[in-house]
Amino acid sequence: MKFGVVTFPGSNCDYDCYHVVKDVVKQPVVYLWHKEHHLDNCDVIILPGGFAHGDYLRTGAIARFSPIMREVADFAMRGGMVIGICNGFQILCEAGLLPGALLRNRSLRFVHRPVYLRVEKNDSTFTNAYQKEQILKMPTAHGDGCYYDTPEEIKKLEQSGQVLFRYCDREGRLTEEANPNGSLGNIAGIVNAAGNVMGLMPHPDRASEPILGSADGAGIFFSMVARFAGLAVA
Amino acid sequence: MKGKVFVKKKPGVLDPEGATIQKALLNLGYREVASVRSGRVFEVELEAGNSKEAEEKLREMARKLLANPVIEEFRVELENGGGPSKKLGVFEK
Repeated sequence: MKFGVVTFPGSNCDYDCYHVVKDVVKQPVVYLWHKEHHLDNCDVIILPGGFAHGDYLRTGAIARFSPIMREVADFAMRGGMVIGICNGFQILCEAGLLPGALLRNRSLRFVHRPVYLRVEKNDSTFTNAYQKEQILKMPTAHGDGCYYDTPEEIKKLEQSGQVLFRYCDREGRLTEEANPNGSLGNIAGIVNAAGNVMGLMPHPDRASEPILGSADGAGIFFSMVARFAGLAVA
Repeated sequence: MKGKVFVKKKPGVLDPEGATIQKALLNLGYREVASVRSGRVFEVELEAGNSKEAEEKLREMARKLLANPVIEEFRVELENGGGPSKKLGVFEK
């Protein structure tokens, strides 16, 4: 299963993602420069964290018009697996490949600390390696992570089971204190209606090895590999 | 031709910047301030045959890039050769 990591000017987690795929998940992986017009026959595309195009205007607003995003959108429409982490999540929302938007953190502060996440669904392409309601630890590092959409759209998202991860405390309780950015419904990660495009604010790429304090994030990558191999219990 | 595009959060969308500015104004003694909503203005110089065309172009730019329709609304304004600027309608959502 070949992974492609898109590098935008200002991406800073592209190597983290590349490293996890190559050295932890042990799958082939290539970098894709944002000006490319092809995806090099990759089976999954990762939009990594960072500050693509300086995050000018709005986070992800300029990056979504990078040449490669046309290919990424076509790929996603055809059912290809796409995962956006942090800035990558913001880009996917701006591109309309995921619903909603990521607003400035309610505290107006850049939040960089480990958070706990509760797995809301474990029958998805991106979470089948986890137990339902498993509690994961991963770092956040963002200034604009407050997930927002209209009440009607949030209701739709909830009813169709598109919320994959929520911020929680160590015991899995969905408290306000455990929510680092003010996201509605403590939402940390969602998937599109078709189930092949995921966005997540915290960083599984920075939490995939015990030496980093948590290896909980690796399950997302292993889930995709399992789904691709047709081994996942859907 | 010169135009302006005003972009702000839709009513009801969280605006923590506006809330913080309001708090600062209250701290400065402006007790009359009931609410502040923040936004931004883009001054755009563009070539266009007439003001209608310019207005249309600015709207298109706003819809495509300058505003995010999920959270923001915009309105455009044209400057007429140094004269008073022509206001073009209300915020488009």
